[in-house]
Amino acid sequence: MLSYAIATLVSGGVYAILALSLNLAWGGAGMVNLGLGGFFAIGAYASAIATGAGAPFAAGLAIAVVAGVLAGLVVTFATLRLRDDYLAIVTLGFGEVIRLVALNERWLTNGADGLSGIRAPLKPELGLFGFNLFYLGLTTLAALVILLGLQRLDRSPYGRALRAVREDPELARFAGKNVLRFKFEAFALSAAIAGLAGALYAHFQSYVSPDLFAPLITIYIFLAVTAGGVGRPLGALVGGYAVMAFLEAARMAVGYLPGLEPVQLASVQGMLTGLALLLILRLRPQGMLPERIRPAPATP
Amino acid sequence: MQRIGPTRPEGVILAGQAPPALRVDDLRRSFYGVSVLQGISLSIAAGSITGLIGPNGAGKSTFFNVISGLLRPDQGRVSLGGRNVTGMSPDRLVGCGLVRTFQLARGFPKLSVFQHLMLYAPRQPGEHMLAAIFGSRQARAYEAEIAERAWSVARRLRLGHVLDNPITSLSGGQKQLVAIGRALMASPQIILLDEPMAGVNPTLGGQIADHLLALHEDGITICLIEHDMSLIKRLCDPVIVLAEGRTLMTGSFAEVVDDPRVQEAYLGTRH
Repeated sequence: MLSYAIATLVSGGVYAILALSLNLAWGGAGMVNLGLGGFFAIGAYASAIATGAGAPFAAGLAIAVVAGVLAGLVVTFATLRLRDDYLAIVTLGFGEVIRLVALNERWLTNGADGLSGIRAPLKPELGLFGFNLFYLGLTTLAALVILLGLQRLDRSPYGRALRAVREDPELARFAGKNVLRFKFEAFALSAAIAGLAGALYAHFQSYVSPDLFAPLITIYIFLAVTAGGVGRPLGALVGGYAVMAFLEAARMAVGYLPGLEPVQLASVQGMLTGLALLLILRLRPQGMLPERIRPAPATP
Repeated sequence: MQRIGPTRPEGVILAGQAPPALRVDDLRRSFYGVSVLQGISLSIAAGSITGLIGPNGAGKSTFFNVISGLLRPDQGRVSLGGRNVTGMSPDRLVGCGLVRTFQLARGFPKLSVFQHLMLYAPRQPGEHMLAAIFGSRQARAYEAEIAERAWSVARRLRLGHVLDNPITSLSGGQKQLVAIGRALMASPQIILLDEPMAGVNPTLGGQIADHLLALHEDGITICLIEHDMSLIKRLCDPVIVLAEGRTLMTGSFAEVVDDPRVQEAYLGTRH
């Protein structure tokens, strides 16, 4: 039971990091990224392949971040001048392209069978339980460091300008802001964070396959950011953990339903998730920790 | 066509006159084959309050949109303080000292009035990602400096009591004041005001006019589009009249209103 709780918390940490990533691009810069799962997959595969080729674990994480940034740059260059709805469509397509590449390029990704035996750092030395504890600490630390960094960004003049870009890009240009630069940087950093989340996930599970990166994961992360509070990093972090807790609770709850096949149980779990999103949007659209307007400093 | 009353030749600087803050030569712009600007040439003297008037469809807002970088001209040249800025993007133009407001006062819904003012301060080093994440001392010092300026601008425009409010909670007149305050934070050489009195009650309109005169006394060049002729008469010298995408004439308010070409442009020809 304790191992299960630890594993759930690690997965919650990965979801929280993904939610922080999405919150930066969507909540911060107003860029709807429906291809988040694609960046997550790129990080996971990049680190798995690199460490499989002999790179150390830390180098694998760094390679995942760089791969995320590079993918982010490609998508950003291709979509910077697109408006919200078109950007959403293009990024959705990007996520699917990445998943299909992973499915078909067997020489690199082993296709539908996925990559197994991905190196789990310190697992031989610590044993299974020790490794789980170590990884919980690592994932939580990564989530907290990213949270602190993004909170600093959010409270800085950069965050103020980014919010202006999100609210009205044209008016932001008349405030002297280089809108393309802000969008470009925010999206690239967001992709880097998603790539890191992918690497952390891959080394914990020791296995990645294309079906783990279906569009559903992006929907879960949108649910996390919406539930937590769009535009507020702490809200995204809390939302990430909350969604993981909800998914696990729903999975356990549907297990008690009699007379249903496993496929049907999975469908009921999906229905409950959709219902949760509808209820949040209906009852508390601003989320648990909504974005705040900070007061002006005292009169000088 | 007979000329009644003295008019100034466009783009000509008289001896002893201040060099133009803004000079426009043969500016043209069309939309889907329809010429909206048909070769506008004019210059705006530094330190003046220049009124831009003309009947609906004269091309006033399009003219503002082109010189402020929202639209690219098909032809012509725009110079700001002698520097060619033709086709420059709005963010770069702000850096050159040209700021503008909009007829319908716009704002960022989730930013407070204070944040609006802070946002317009130019060259904030804290707007670079790494400086923001790692906390640059220079950025913090500049932030404190512009916070003082923001308070000063707010006091000047009597906005101190609404500084923490979101922009969406303000009246139309207050939004216009915020727009003027934002422009001031950008340390402009020239401010383009697009109908600053649109939808503003007369009392607040009078206050806005007083603020514009105060800015004029501080040496800031202002160019404003306005349909309220009493305001144009009170504030503006010279007044430039646009009609059908061309500069019809430039002169004092008295010269302009007595000119039959202007009367014809507004009222049509008597048959």
